[in-house]
Amino acid sequence: MNLQSPLGKARGLGAAKSGTNHWWMQRLTAIGLIPLSIWFIIEILLAVGNDYNGAKEFIRNPFTAIFLILFIVLTFHHAQLGLQVVVEDYVKRKPFEIGLLILIKGAAILLSLTALFAVLSIAFGGA
Amino acid sequence: MRTENRPLSPHLQIYRPQLTSVLSIMHRLTGIFLAVGTLVLVWWLFSIALGPQYYDDFNWFISSIVGRLLLFAWTFSFTFHLANGIRHMCWDAGWGLDLSKAYKTGWLTLIISIVLTLVIWIVGYSLIGGV
Repeated sequence: MNLQSPLGKARGLGAAKSGTNHWWMQRLTAIGLIPLSIWFIIEILLAVGNDYNGAKEFIRNPFTAIFLILFIVLTFHHAQLGLQVVVEDYVKRKPFEIGLLILIKGAAILLSLTALFAVLSIAFGGA
Repeated sequence: MRTENRPLSPHLQIYRPQLTSVLSIMHRLTGIFLAVGTLVLVWWLFSIALGPQYYDDFNWFISSIVGRLLLFAWTFSFTFHLANGIRHMCWDAGWGLDLSKAYKTGWLTLIISIVLTLVIWIVGYSLIGGV
């Protein structure tokens, strides 16, 4: 016996109202982060020991800046999706759960914007 | 419907540890630890944007013993989360779910992540010419 309405079946979103979006986005960001994070580790190894001007020049390289931006966006998206699942699994009391989720999502937005602003201001900064 | 007594995820204190469950919880712990590590990523980038004296502060912290130990732990967390993440995606594709393969890929994940961590640090120290 199928209890799902025809409309519900067509939408395919289920009881959580978001379907497989969360699960799928976590996988997509993970796939993207495989090459990006390996690239990031190699770049960091090459940047170790830089003085201030060296570090600035390093990020000013257009390819480094663009891939860093991509890396930052995917990292924070992936991180907040993952932390959300941990909170949903282990935090029992609903008010704490909702509060923590708001905190995590807010922090991810604030931190990623700060990192992106920093990369862009270094990349576009004069002299 | 009562919602207070719904089952939660497996309780770590009650489950007898096995390789599979230990790696599973390590995936979460390394993920949480890496999320904390993004603070250092943001600090590094923002210090460069702010100016030389802020970058010097960052450099002082990250090259201190505590900074290096944290970086080492983050390196292992990264290599483990990467290798085990690929293991997870194999499972998503339907491969490696039987017990013997789950154990084999589990040990492989652990070995690969330890070796990669050491390789990264050996390459890092040789690039700056010593400890």
